[in-house]
Amino acid sequence: MAAGATGVTGVTGWVGGTRSWHAAWPFLAIFALAALLPISGNTYWTVIATRAAIYWILVSGLNLVVGFAGQLAIGYVALLTLGAYITSVLAAGNVLPALPPFVALACAGVGGGVFGLIVGLPALRLRTFYFAMATLGFATIVTQIALAWQDVTGGGIGLTGPALPAPFDSEMGLYYLCLAIAGVCTLLTSNVARSRYGRGLIAVRDAEVAAEASGISKVRLLSLIFVFAGVLAAVAGGLFASLQTYITPDAFTFDLSVLFFISILIGGRGSILGPLLGTLILTVLPEIAAPLAAWSNFLYALMLLVIVLVAPGGIAALLDFRNRRPLPANRAIVPNPTLLGQLLTAAPARGGIVLENIVLSFGGVRAIDGLSLSIAPGQVHGLIGPNGSGKTTTLNVISGYCTPEAGSLALDGAPLAPGKPLQRAPRGIARTYQTPRIIGEASVLQNVMIGGTLQGHASFIETLLRLPRHGREESALHDSARTALQVVGLGSVADARADRLQHSELRFLEIARALMLRPAFLLLDEPAAGLAAEEIRRLGDLIRHISRQGTGVLLVEHHADLIFDICDHVTVLNLGRVLADGTPAQVREHKEVVSAYLGG
Amino acid sequence: MFGSIIVSGLAMGAIYALIGITYNTMFATSRVMSFTAGQLGMLGGVLGSLFILKLGLPPWLGFIATLAGCAVMGVVTELVAVRPVLKSLDQHLYVLSTLALALMVQQVTAIGWGTEPQPFPRLFGLGSGITDEKFWLPVIACALVVLGLEYLYRRTLVGMAFLAVAEDNFAARALGLPERRLRVWSYVLAAVIGGIAGFASGQLMLAFFANGTLLNFYGFVPVALGGLGNNRGALVGGLALGLFQQAANFTVGGVFASIAVFVLFIVVLLAVPQGLFGSSTARRV
Repeated sequence: MAAGATGVTGVTGWVGGTRSWHAAWPFLAIFALAALLPISGNTYWTVIATRAAIYWILVSGLNLVVGFAGQLAIGYVALLTLGAYITSVLAAGNVLPALPPFVALACAGVGGGVFGLIVGLPALRLRTFYFAMATLGFATIVTQIALAWQDVTGGGIGLTGPALPAPFDSEMGLYYLCLAIAGVCTLLTSNVARSRYGRGLIAVRDAEVAAEASGISKVRLLSLIFVFAGVLAAVAGGLFASLQTYITPDAFTFDLSVLFFISILIGGRGSILGPLLGTLILTVLPEIAAPLAAWSNFLYALMLLVIVLVAPGGIAALLDFRNRRPLPANRAIVPNPTLLGQLLTAAPARGGIVLENIVLSFGGVRAIDGLSLSIAPGQVHGLIGPNGSGKTTTLNVISGYCTPEAGSLALDGAPLAPGKPLQRAPRGIARTYQTPRIIGEASVLQNVMIGGTLQGHASFIETLLRLPRHGREESALHDSARTALQVVGLGSVADARADRLQHSELRFLEIARALMLRPAFLLLDEPAAGLAAEEIRRLGDLIRHISRQGTGVLLVEHHADLIFDICDHVTVLNLGRVLADGTPAQVREHKEVVSAYLGG
Repeated sequence: MFGSIIVSGLAMGAIYALIGITYNTMFATSRVMSFTAGQLGMLGGVLGSLFILKLGLPPWLGFIATLAGCAVMGVVTELVAVRPVLKSLDQHLYVLSTLALALMVQQVTAIGWGTEPQPFPRLFGLGSGITDEKFWLPVIACALVVLGLEYLYRRTLVGMAFLAVAEDNFAARALGLPERRLRVWSYVLAAVIGGIAGFASGQLMLAFFANGTLLNFYGFVPVALGGLGNNRGALVGGLALGLFQQAANFTVGGVFASIAVFVLFIVVLLAVPQGLFGSSTARRV
């Protein structure tokens, strides 16, 4: 069993025997202790532990939604309720002929998946508060329906939970069933967490723009996760009903939602071990300190407030010892472009990017005013101009963040759909940003692997079950990410958390991520900003080498020296129009450019 | 039945609109949507009942004491749950910090006040049936608040300062406006509006600790419908929501009314994410 992730960046522990073992032992210890618990002969604690296992089945799925994707789902008790009622009603035969309990449980899983997706829909278009509200609203109405739909749910009186067949009809039997399912859920969710799906979720959370540019579809990814988390939550609900033996709407208070949600945040975002510990602590705490039981919700809320204000990393950050070790000081970025051949293996594009008569205005300002530009493959194309001349906006039009009002856009002869950033990566267009868009909480290596997401073909199911194709793709991706880091000169910090790097290193990190796409065209937005002179020289060298591999580079820069040193072709913009266009030598001679921009 | 729908619809709608305006008032100066908005409405009812029925204060004094209590809550919200997380607004930590505070308020109320709905005093003893004061008090309160806010924002210096901070925080600070103090005052103002909503609706919704969660959701729907920070949108959205909900309530029953509201909420969010009267979103790159 190679389960799990320790710490915020622990998701890296997916390859190599020792590290995998290192990540798995806390889980093994917890589950081994849990399996030994009934030996104590205390039935009361067995029931508590069963409840903790059921909660973890739900929380493990919710963790992907809250901890990884950063979606604030605060009303997940609704899906627990739904699962409990579907299982109970189908097993009791109130509406249809009675089904065997495990079939009813499976039906609950299906129902949970459907409703998990429906409740998640607002999150696909809107962030945070709206989604939180949608889940809160859903939690309110599910309880109201359970109360009012008396023919089916028994209303306030309730109905009996499903009676599972032997050997699961005893406390012990049910406990081991729940524990086994909890173990399986731990494995499944850690498989997702340590895959391109898990990394994609974190990217959507912390660097949505970069995720999109790497071809990660937020809608598709979140939909999958919502369905998955809904299934787990509803299955947990069915087991919960079985444990309770009798369910009423009162059993599903909003407090439970709070418990699930806070377990994850106390545990720490992007971790699996942390939320598991959080769930255990929050389930057991009121049992140990009986006088606190009435105040338990207050304490949970207080813990949440303290976590948010004082220790946003949660338990996982406390356990993340690896990232407390200092990084080597005085480290220099020394790119190694000779390895580029191993990385950029895709056949270079034959045609270039062609912009024709692009017009785009923000309010009354024409940021781009009839711009025509063509970028050839295998060349470094510099784009310079004073502030506000439309350089970055041009980049944004090419990458699909801005939709031009007029004009056409094509790559290799085929049109590029305007305003569709998601469609750029599949066409081989990668880019970097003026302000680096990175996932601070993930490791440098994971950040780079984000760029290679499109190379994965294993389906979600293959990933869940760790089927061979998934494993092969992951190790290939892992190897090329290491190569990409060596190419840009960051090999030595691959395992560090990205937010511990210096600004200049982040710029090279973004280039490594972009190279993972094996891009036909690479758009660089002021890559030299904030770099030291020596670093700029190395950057220029790296860019030259990238273009010699057949990748076309569009370079937006203010450092005129760098532009004239490395570019094959330079375009000067002014007020959204082309002022001059040609080889560096031609442009340097251009009278207007000299007077307006270069000076002297 | 038609009369009942209109009367109770407008009453509930006015309450939702007021909670929506509470959300907006806090949002305007801080860009934070706070879960305490609904709890303020709940506190308005609970404190009103506490001061007037339990402690025997005259209604006018009870009203003032209730608003003072809510105002304190507003200041606490700003100090504890908003100010510390403003630096990293993009991480949306405020959702968690305000949720935590709201849950704490709710839990303290549940323990200190009890989990059963308790009666709220009749204030004027006017009307009966569908002309009962419990139906028109929220409407009048809502009208007075909206007019008062219009006066504040258009005619007074402090109101214009609020608008300046809401429009452009940095520019307002550069002009020498005391941005921090204005933010605290806007939280006090929001809290008072929430308190008024709770007090005026006390007879209709009773003094009940769970009203907070309910108002959090139903008060947010008008904000989502009308667009973030748009008070007129919240007013129209709130009244429309109240009428829609009560019409569904009287015709197809309470459960389906809740489902209808929820479906409406989801559909509007998916169709017009910025709300019916809202403006488009900001640049991303």
